[in-house]
Parts: sequence; structure tokens; C-alpha cells
Amino acid sequence: MKGRKGLLRFLPLSAMLLFLAGCGEDRLTALDPYGPQAQWIFDNMILSLYVMALVIIVVFTLFFIAVVKFRRKPGDDEIPKQVEGSKTLELTWTIIPIILLVILAVPTIAGTYYLAEEAPEAAGSSGEEEGEEAEEAADAAAEGEDAVVIDVTGHQYWWQFDYPEGFTAGNEVYIPVGEKVWFNVTGNDVIHSFWVPALGGKIDTIPGVENSLWLQADEPGVYKGKCAELCGPSHALMDFKVVALERDEYDAWVDSMSQEEEAPEENSVAAEGRQVFEDQGCIGCHAVEGQGSAQGPTLTNFADRDYIAGVIDFNNENLEEWIRDPQSFKQGNNMQPYPDMSDEDMEAIIEYLNTLSVEDEE
Amino acid sequence: MATATATKDKSVLWDWLTTVDHKKLAVLYLIAGTLFFVKAGMMALFMRIQLMSAENDFLTGQTFNELITMHGTIMLFLAATPLIFAFMNFVIPLQIGARDVAFPFVNALGFWIFFFGGLLLSVSWFFGGGPDAGWTAYVPLSSGEYADLGLDFYVLGLQVSGIGTLVSAINFIVTIINMRAPGMTMMRMPLFCWTGLVVSILIVFAFTPLAAGLALLMLDRIFGGQFFIPDMGGNAVLWQHIFWIFGHPEVYILVLPAFGIISEVIPAFSRKRLFGYTAMVFATLVIAFLGFMVWVHHMFTVGLGPITNSVFAIATMGIAVPTGIKIFNWLFTMWGGKITFNTAMLCASSFVPTFVLGGVTGVMLAMVPVDYLYHDTYFVVAHFHYIIIGGIVLGLLAGTYYWYPKMFGHKLNEKLGILMFWLFYIGFHMTFFIQHILGLIGMPRRVYTYLEGQGMETMNLVSSIGSFVMGAAILVLVINVVYSAFNSERITVNDPWDARTLEWSTPTPIPEYNFAQTPQVRSLDPWFYEKVHGDGTMKPAEPMTDIHMPNGSILPFVIGLGLFTWGFGMVMMNMENTIVPPFLVIGTGVILTFGSMLIRSIKEDHGYHIPLEQVKKIEKEVS
Repeated sequence: MKGRKGLLRFLPLSAMLLFLAGCGEDRLTALDPYGPQAQWIFDNMILSLYVMALVIIVVFTLFFIAVVKFRRKPGDDEIPKQVEGSKTLELTWTIIPIILLVILAVPTIAGTYYLAEEAPEAAGSSGEEEGEEAEEAADAAAEGEDAVVIDVTGHQYWWQFDYPEGFTAGNEVYIPVGEKVWFNVTGNDVIHSFWVPALGGKIDTIPGVENSLWLQADEPGVYKGKCAELCGPSHALMDFKVVALERDEYDAWVDSMSQEEEAPEENSVAAEGRQVFEDQGCIGCHAVEGQGSAQGPTLTNFADRDYIAGVIDFNNENLEEWIRDPQSFKQGNNMQPYPDMSDEDMEAIIEYLNTLSVEDEE
Repeated sequence: MATATATKDKSVLWDWLTTVDHKKLAVLYLIAGTLFFVKAGMMALFMRIQLMSAENDFLTGQTFNELITMHGTIMLFLAATPLIFAFMNFVIPLQIGARDVAFPFVNALGFWIFFFGGLLLSVSWFFGGGPDAGWTAYVPLSSGEYADLGLDFYVLGLQVSGIGTLVSAINFIVTIINMRAPGMTMMRMPLFCWTGLVVSILIVFAFTPLAAGLALLMLDRIFGGQFFIPDMGGNAVLWQHIFWIFGHPEVYILVLPAFGIISEVIPAFSRKRLFGYTAMVFATLVIAFLGFMVWVHHMFTVGLGPITNSVFAIATMGIAVPTGIKIFNWLFTMWGGKITFNTAMLCASSFVPTFVLGGVTGVMLAMVPVDYLYHDTYFVVAHFHYIIIGGIVLGLLAGTYYWYPKMFGHKLNEKLGILMFWLFYIGFHMTFFIQHILGLIGMPRRVYTYLEGQGMETMNLVSSIGSFVMGAAILVLVINVVYSAFNSERITVNDPWDARTLEWSTPTPIPEYNFAQTPQVRSLDPWFYEKVHGDGTMKPAEPMTDIHMPNGSILPFVIGLGLFTWGFGMVMMNMENTIVPPFLVIGTGVILTFGSMLIRSIKEDHGYHIPLEQVKKIEKEVS
């Protein structure tokens, strides 16, 4: 995988990222579920497959017996018995399917409500209960206060993730492992659909509508997400990643994302790059450390990413090409091209972008 | 054929442009539908070439989106619908013992309006590219802000062709209710007529919301409306509701006639009456009714809430019951029969297991939470192609091979036919079965490419190869049509298949008036009944007299042309620097359309009579 090589060559080797890289491929397939929601979906798919296999076996058996046994022999002009029908048989193949459908309908409805669970109220409500339930309630309340609720906005063609702590992430969303994380999703321009196959189902991000979805990852790792609703020429390239971290690592990540920007060292190439970043108006769309707007993906932790724009292998050559001609990678995206930027400016800005990391650099 | 018309001296072209004969219109539908089918099929092959390998750059994302949109739109509106209409037009009047449809003029009108609507949609390629928002045209992607002229052609092209479909459907309803021969009670009607009646009713109820939705989208796009623009207080989800209230019944509009064809072909080649005829009729009605109750299952991930989703999930599962009844009745029609396997029967019988595979994934899709996984992935693509190809196309192929001798006076070559069937069947499963798995491993639908290293390369390659095999099968079919036209033996008997229903009692080729004397129907499968219990001919229900026939007319063609011009003028309102002002073009279209209607209303046209002597002469020639 090319992306992995670029990553290893390039990124500062923080211990955590090494660990993540060690996990191998990003998790994508829904056939290998990594959370309770994905597991529920997978189990019920298997249940329905068993039921359907039964139907298929019955039909195929009858079919093959019929086509083998009841062929007309050459010269056989006898007219077979003209059967009108059979009430018993009609009733049989009405009632048995109904029973099979009930077997599927019950978990369907139960699951629909299970997955529709709303995010807990952030304000600590309970705490009054006494006795056996008190501890449990306190846990629940604590969980409620701690519950991570992330606002997701779909853009052509990138994902904006707003954290309750007030910072924004683009194209990569970090979540804590082992707990339900709620995503409140909406669309900015057209309809997209937020989907992380290995963690659970999908939900549409519709302009003017707020939907919600919870996901839970049971293991740390990187889970690949995709846009599942046609949203324009680069719909296929609207990938994102869910990075699941242990709770303490997650908290550390949140802290460093929330911190004030550390200005690059005076007179360094990176400082020059920062200047170019402002002069060329990049900051007009790309926020860094909370400064600037969110018309384009936030770049606060840009250098921590494996991919540029969600799909391009992260290396300096690709980064330069992307800045000069983004349309050649992602047709129809809204980034302004900078074909005429001087080589010095380009070098500086790439250097600067490479410093945008929230991981510990040692 | 048609040796006795009052206007014998017209040229061949003029004859076809003005014809109101249901049999000739059927041929026109067949040709138009086939051309559109081949065109949209080529688009599918282009898409499969693009998806053959990871990160392929054969097509850009924009072109790919135009191809998916046109592939879907053409296949459903301009290929499947007219092909179904071709058979309904040809077969239904013959099966119910009528001389033509109730309104022959309206029949021609329906065809020409449909045809010009399709043309309007197709010319979008010459004006900056086809529509690119998917055949479902979800707003806001299809709104003025995000989509170009292509969508205007989509909106107006479908609006026009929809009018054609709608008037044809009304015509079929009236025909089937009013024009049945004496003794052809509703419960003696062949199942194909039943499905024809039911889908015509479905069209009336489903195409009207589509027309309304398209009108709203047109107002948004051309006249600055805000129905679907969230920033202006519009509602983006509203379009999806309107579209799927039409879109789901549309599936049944296409698949029920295919069920009808299967229900004709299987009994004919099993030499046995349809098992559980009454149950089949009621199953058809129940499917049609439930078809309107399930549209939200296309929108489970829209976030309508668990109550809504649960209700529609149960309704959707409910459809499996009548469909299952149909499957088992077909199986038991073959059971105990004497089956002949020719191409028509191969297509019809293999339809049964194939359709079951599409049906079971349909039930799986109805499980809301699991649908959160399937929705908008290749799993869904695989599912609906199993329904549409495994159901509708196999049905249409069966119908083509079955009715071809009656339509064209010769059979299609059987060897080529069987070759086509196996190529098609193997290619089909190769293309689509594997797509179920592609969806589950995380491939969304409508993606123009996929990245390397996600495990999708091999399966996509297999799928693409399968699609080429299917393409080869269609090529064999085309070769077969040409080859058989020159080399096949002419059919001189009425009934080359030893079949059961009334259309096979007519001489081949069929005289313009179908039946010299309206037949008296004494049973279900009336032709079979007369062969077994009677003397092998239909008993006449009336004396032989002069036969009243409708005159041909160019007006349907002109009205179609007028609507095309009108629609094109509307699209021009969104064009920059047009050579002529749009209002001029719109005005011309309006004048052509309403002028023709005026002429039709004022000018009296009582048709003409074929004198008795001539009828007798023709009957002697054909028998």
C-alpha cells in the first residue's frame, strides 16, 4: 500500500502512530465488525441469511426436480392433467412465509429502536437515587457528562468534525475506544451520507436537517469511512478516517487540539510558510488552531494525517501538486488552485504544513 | 398485411408515422425500446470498463456520473417501459379478442409523446453533457446551484415522456375494461392482461406524483422557485418522498408485466394451465396495493425516526408474501407438466430461481438496521439488478422469443437463441452476484473509482468480465434477429407453439382487423379449450359484417414534436446566448401542440369500413 510507505517516510515517529501503523490495513469491511452496532448488524444479517437460505433451498429443490422430471419426451403428445390449483398448498405457502417474516420482523423493530438511541443529556441530571440503583445511575450520569458528542458536517468533498471542546477537525475524527460516541450530522451543500462500515450503519447528512447516529469502537485502530450518497463528481473520493484511541490518549489528543497555536520559530522556513499561508489567503478557508474559517478542512493536525484531501498519499510532491492543481485529483472540489505560486513559497508552505501536528514530537 | 386499407397508396414511411394500428405501434415501441436499451447498455459497459481496475482513469468522475444517471433513467423510462408497452400493445387486444385498443389515436399519441420525450432527454449530450445527479435526481445536487443544463433536459424530457406513458396507460385501462370479447370475463382473462390492467392503474397513480415533482423541480430550476432549497426554507427531503412515491411503484410497473409474460410462457410450454390462477390474480392486486405503501424503505437512512422506519419495514416484508405465492404457483405449473425447453421457456423458467435470489435480498433490505449497512452500496446495486435483469429482462426476452412469430411471421433461430440465453445467464450472475459482497466490504454505489488496497480489485474485474459476456449475449440476439429475418422459415399456421390463449387463434400474419368475427370465449385459456373440447376453431360471437376501422393520422406525431419543441424552449431559458429567443421556441411548440389538438377536435373523423366482400377475401387468403 503506497499510502503506508509515504506515511512512514514522512511522519515524525511518535510512539502512538507507530502503534497505529503497526495495525496494518485500515479497517473497512463490514464483514469484520469492530463495535456493538456493527456486530448487531452483522449478526442479524447472518440470521436473515439463514432464513433466506431455507427459502432458496426449498425453491431451488422444487425447481430442479420439476425441470428434470417433467420434461416432454420427443413424440409425447399426451396432454398432462390440467390442475386448477390447491387451496391447501396456497395456504401453506402463504402462512409459512408469514412465520418466517415474523422471525425477521421482531429483531428488525427491536434493532431499529436500539440503534435510534439518542445522545444522553449533557447536564448531570440524576444523582438523587438511592440504594442499589444509585451506583448504576451515578455511572450512567458520569457517562452522560463524559459522552462524546461530535457535530459532523458533510461538504463537497470533505468532512468537518466539530468537537464540544470547541475545536474542529477535518477528514479525520478521533474517538475514544469502548464507549458510545454520538455524531450529530448535517450537510452543508448537498446530501452526503456518513458511513463507517466496520463500526456501524450509515446516516444521511442533509442540508437543513440534523440527524444523529452513535458508533462505538471496541478496539483502538483506524477505521475507514466513506460518503455513501452521490454528491458530485468526486463522490468516490470523499473518504475519511475514524481513529479510535484509548480514553487517556484521546483526552491528551483533545487537549493538544484545544491548545493555542505554537508559533513557528522566528525566521525559520516554517515561519515564512506561515506568512505565505496568510498572504495567499489559505487561512480564509482553512482554519489552524481555531483561527480562520471552516470553508475548507481545518489543518490544525494536518501533518498527522495519512492522506491529503482524504484520498491522496501524503508526501511533499503530492502536496505541491495538490496545491497547484486540486482539480486534477478531485474533480469539482472547491479549493482554489495556486498554479503560479513560486517554488520558494511552495517549499515554505509545505514546510509549514508539515509542522501542523498535535502529536508529541520527540 | 394491411392490404385492404382505404388509403392503400401511402408510402411506407408515411404509413408508419401515421399508423394507429396497435400491432404496428407495438413494433415501433419494440424498435424504440431496443435502441434505447442498447444505448444504455453500452453506457453500462463503459462504466464497467472504468471500474475494471482500481484508480482507473478511463472516465472522469463527471462523465461517470452522467453515465450512471443516463443508464438508469434510460433503462427504466425509455427501454423497459416501452418494451413492456410493446408487448402490452401487441398482445392485450388479441388476448381479449378485440380489434384494437379503445382509443387507437391516443395509442399513437402515447407512443410519439414518449418517443419525443426520450429524444429531448437524449439531446442533452449536445448541450454540455447529460444529467449527472443519478436517476433519482436528489436535490440539492440536482438544483440549479449544483447541476447544469443536463438536469433541465432530465426534468423536461421525463415530463414529456411521462405524459405519453400516462395517456397510454389510461388507454389500456379502458381497453381491458370495455373491449373484452363476449364470454371473456375478468376471471377468464389471461394473466398478462391482468398485469397489464394493474400496471396501467399503477401508472395513473404513480406517474402523476412524478409529474408534480418534476414540475416543482422545473419551477426551482427555471423559474427561481424554492421548494427544495433548504437555505430558502425549502425541504430537500420532500423531493425524495415525491420521487419514491412514484419510484417504488415504478418497479412494480415494470416487473408485474414481466410476471404476466412468465405466466403465459410457462403454461404454454408446460402444456398445463396456470396453477392457482385466482391466487395469482389476487397476489398481483396485493403487490400493486402494497407497492404504494413502502416507499420509505428507499429512505431508511434519511433519519425519519424509528416509528416510521418500523412501519415501512413491516409493509415491505409484507410484499414478500404475495410474491412468494407467485413463485410457488409457477413452480407448480411446471410440476406435472410436459415441459419443452426452447429459448422462451429457458428464459421464463430460469426467471423463477433468479427472481427468488433478488427477492430474498429484498427482504434482507427491509430489515431497517441492517439496511443501514446495505443502503447505497453495491449490495443494493446487485439486488435491484437481480430484480430488473433477472426479473424484467428475462421476462422480456421470454416474451420476445414467444411472441416473435406472431409479430413478424417467423421464429427466431433456436440455436442462436439458446447460445444467447446461456451467455446472458452466466454473464448476468457473474456480473451481479459478486456485487453483493462488494457492497458488504464497503464499496458505496455510484463511485467512479475505488482506491487500491481495499480488496475490491478482483471482484470488480470479475464483475466487468461478466458484463462483457452479457453484452456478447445481446449481440447474439441482434445477429439472431437479422439472421432469422432472412433465413427463418415463414410461419403459415396460426399457432406455432401449440399455445393456449386467444392471440394464437388469429391467422399469421394477422389481418389489420385482428378478428373477422369477434370470438365467443367459453373458458380460461379459450384457444386450448376449443382445441380440446371444440373443433379447434373459435366460435364467432357475431355475424360477419363490414368492419369499422380508424383512420391513420399524423397529428400524434405533430403533437409529440410540439411538446419536444416546447420542452426544448423551456430548457433554452437556462441557456446563455441562444440564437433565437426561448419564447419563440416555446411559442412554436405550444402552437404545434394545441393547434393539432384543435384540428383533431374540429375535424370530424369517423374512420372507414372494410366492406364484407373484402373481409371474406382476406380471410380466404390467410386460411
